[in-house]
Amino acid sequence: MHASSVTPLLTQSSRPIFEWRWVERNADAIVERLGEHIALTATALGAGLVVSLALATLCLRFRWFYPLVLGTAGALYVIPSLGAFALLVPFFGLSFTTAVIPLGTYTLLILIRNIVTGVQQVPIEVREAAVGMGFTRRRLLWQVELPLALPVVIAGLRVAAVTTIGLVTVTSLLGMGGLGYFIRAGIQTTTPNPSPIIVGIVLSVVLAVVVDLLLWLSERALAPWARRVR
Amino acid sequence: MGAEGAVNVFTQLGQWLADPDRWSWTDPAGIPYRTVQHLWFSALALVIAALLTIPPALWLAHYRRGAFLASSAVNIGRAIPSFGLIILFWFLASRWEVDTDFWPLLLALVGLALPPLFTNTYAGVVQLDQEVVDAARGTGYRERQIMFRLELPLSSPVIVAGARVAFLQLVATVAIGAIVNDGGGLGRYIVDGFAEGARGYGEIFGGGIAVVVLALVCEGLFSLLTKLATPRGLALQQLRRAS
Repeated sequence: MHASSVTPLLTQSSRPIFEWRWVERNADAIVERLGEHIALTATALGAGLVVSLALATLCLRFRWFYPLVLGTAGALYVIPSLGAFALLVPFFGLSFTTAVIPLGTYTLLILIRNIVTGVQQVPIEVREAAVGMGFTRRRLLWQVELPLALPVVIAGLRVAAVTTIGLVTVTSLLGMGGLGYFIRAGIQTTTPNPSPIIVGIVLSVVLAVVVDLLLWLSERALAPWARRVR
Repeated sequence: MGAEGAVNVFTQLGQWLADPDRWSWTDPAGIPYRTVQHLWFSALALVIAALLTIPPALWLAHYRRGAFLASSAVNIGRAIPSFGLIILFWFLASRWEVDTDFWPLLLALVGLALPPLFTNTYAGVVQLDQEVVDAARGTGYRERQIMFRLELPLSSPVIVAGARVAFLQLVATVAIGAIVNDGGGLGRYIVDGFAEGARGYGEIFGGGIAVVVLALVCEGLFSLLTKLATPRGLALQQLRRAS
């Protein structure tokens, strides 16, 4: 899985803060780790979204379930990432699963809350009109309520995505890589090398900004009405 | 790893916990010792960040300036990986030959705590009823007095909520700091355990439990503090609104 590794540079007493040479030499590794970072983020977000949709649907049907779910998700959100990884390592080893479970868990609080409030914001007249037209409960949810809640859901997804991308760097402590691999590699050579550290941080921030922008664009494309209303 | 593996983890955890040094307040391997270290680092960073952000946020919000700054602070804060920040500062500290056990982690922590404290202070002041402020002004309060005697206490619940978010992030990040920090609080167990591989599972698990319990206790204490931070008048108002 980790075919390419970081090329150590010659030992120097004072090396420049940033060397393009390092980037050129490690271009393949950078692309590979970026892919890993995206895979970890996408898996965590995708799993988080599926679980959130399921739980939010239940919360909308049974009102008493909502505070219970939100309380549990809130308590899970408080758990420090390194602590969560540590509790899973003895059972799943230093693996993708260990990395993804906490990452996905952290998305639940914000996603469930946004799905539920988004659906609850749908005007009662709209609901009544749909029911009057003979929509079943399920069709009402999937074809009317969720599409109308889309801007709020995507707002939650944006926060979850940006947070997850930052947290993925921590999974390098599990040997999972992603861009955090470079951040860690910078201090593991005999002479600390700032170039990988900077590449790791900058690419992680850039990835977060790009994903945030893409989600924002997809919101505008999928929910064009929201632009006019707001 | 099946059920047998899980049993092994709990045997290892038992042995790890049975070590008398584990319960020492003075031995660096002790859970009490490291808990204090962990909390000390988190609290120090929170206090420094509060001193740095609350006065300017109060001033900016009072004069309704810097709204854009307030809104973007949180977004930037969310995008920067705290792990990267710690390692970058560690590198700079070792290059400039300053204490690498203290400064890198502290700087990264303070940087991490700034956005939630700043935005919450700002938002807390901006959302206050403007009529109350005008009334105070009419009574002869000076702008400074309005800021410190009126706006600060009235927005304290929102500020404490920001401090709560910041503190939980700090507790989580101190643990990660163990990778460069010789102290490193309770995260030290986890990082050391990782280095040991399968033999370290007891230590990893024990450290994980300690970190999680600490975070949950801090969260509980902060929700208590939120209640205490609410001025009596505001609490009465909320009570009346709820009933």
